[in-house]
Amino acid sequence: MPTRDHNGSKIWHLRSTKHQLAVWFGWLLGVAIFVYCWRLISDKTIWFFVTDAPKQAADMASRMVPPKWSYMDVLWGPVWDTINIATIGTMIAIVIAVPVAFCAARNTTPSVHFVRPVALFIIVASRSINSLIWALMLVTLIGPGVLAGVIAIGLRSIGFCAKLLYEAIEEIDHSQVEAIIATGASRGQQLSFGIVPQIMPAFAGISVFRWDINIRESTVLGLVGAGGIGLQLDASISTLAWTQVSLILLVILATVIVSEWVSAKIRHAII
Amino acid sequence: MLRIENLEKRYQTGDLALKSVNLEVPKGQVMALIGPSGAGKSTLIRCVNRLVEPTAGKVFLGDLELAHLGSSALRRARTRMGMIFQEYALVERLSVMENVLSGRLGYVGFWRSYLRKFPQSDIDEAFNLLQRVGLDHMADKRADELSGGQRQRVGICRALIQNPDLLLVDEPTASLDPKTSRQIMRLICELCEERQLAAIINIHDVLLAQMFTRRIVGLQLGAIVYDGPPDQLSPDVLTQIYGEEDWEATIEATKDLDEDEADVLAVAEKVIGRPGAPS
Repeated sequence: MPTRDHNGSKIWHLRSTKHQLAVWFGWLLGVAIFVYCWRLISDKTIWFFVTDAPKQAADMASRMVPPKWSYMDVLWGPVWDTINIATIGTMIAIVIAVPVAFCAARNTTPSVHFVRPVALFIIVASRSINSLIWALMLVTLIGPGVLAGVIAIGLRSIGFCAKLLYEAIEEIDHSQVEAIIATGASRGQQLSFGIVPQIMPAFAGISVFRWDINIRESTVLGLVGAGGIGLQLDASISTLAWTQVSLILLVILATVIVSEWVSAKIRHAII
Repeated sequence: MLRIENLEKRYQTGDLALKSVNLEVPKGQVMALIGPSGAGKSTLIRCVNRLVEPTAGKVFLGDLELAHLGSSALRRARTRMGMIFQEYALVERLSVMENVLSGRLGYVGFWRSYLRKFPQSDIDEAFNLLQRVGLDHMADKRADELSGGQRQRVGICRALIQNPDLLLVDEPTASLDPKTSRQIMRLICELCEERQLAAIINIHDVLLAQMFTRRIVGLQLGAIVYDGPPDQLSPDVLTQIYGEEDWEATIEATKDLDEDEADVLAVAEKVIGRPGAPS
């Protein structure tokens, strides 16, 4: 026990002796595993390549500058595609995520035993598969192009949006809903007056946050043929056109910075 | 107006919150329900409008039995019972006007309420009520910009715009300072008088209860142990309700207050009527 009697006065420690020993042993074990793993990785690394890396990096960097600015003419289209993939994908996700979230939240679900598990499964299924993998599968299903990217982003985002939204729904202040119930309001009215106003800030925040993430995710979808700037990136890397690669990386950086700025502004305006 | 017969509530945890409560509140009577925390005051009034489902017993609002109503009949019955909450329970991100109008939800269809297209008569009544409580200039403010006393006034408007027969008031002053508490209690009692409403006011402040109501019911461990006028609330009775404590000070304080605050007493008297007058 943390509190012990010692000659009539009470002595307090954070942990009991047994607990303290257990904590020390835990640390010892952790350090031992770390050292062991370090050795395993070290044995399987070809150190020649690693020591050579700075030289290689410098070499690649020298071949990347200056960026091939004229290539920009080709990039405007793919950048526009990338933004569209992210935006439309996010919209589709939100439209589907809202009802799923209401079905998954314990306090709004029509049935805890039947509907809620289904909604939770949709969320887990969507979240467990990366958008790149969704895109890979969709490209084989519906062919390469922007549509595959939009759907991949949408499918991946449903789970994210629905999960955060249903957690927000479960955390609302129930007394406000109770007050609306007490007026004789119907279920729909309870939702629109008691619950929706309370989750509006969370909803706006989640949507904009996901859009922000999707801008970044959609830049790589082209690697598997699902449209956007990733297509150009893939082509440039495989043809060793490093000055184009550096321009594309700069464009991606600029796009992400702009999307961060826009989402910060929107969030600020709504909340 | 309200008649409760053998009302019993047992929570799923097995706790018996109400033990066969019998209570009758006639039209126009404002009744204070006092008792320690956990006595079942909140449970009792929530069993009336069935925010809490009673386990056994009957509740009559006029001739209508509430405890066994189906969901749509219950919704209609709830429109006849206004409720005022301890922490105001306003929808904080809606405007004052929307909060007041939400009291009309039981009378308006979903799409009209969703689009906030309430009938002009409701809007007129909302402005009347807001003016009555001195908040008509606040109609477009968001509820979370208001102070505690102002929020509770909005809560009162929301309950009254239902045009109820009965007010269920759950600790209206628990989150308010002493002066605001009195103003709110006075307002509730005045409005009940004006509209001839029956009301049950849960309150843990014995002084306020004695000051503003003419009938006090004491609840202890889910059973009624006192039902009578405020001046018969003796130390013995208070001990029975709340447990052993020096109650003389409380009772003395009430008398002092009565002398100090003639205006409060006058209002209270106006509101609750003189002893012996028909209720």
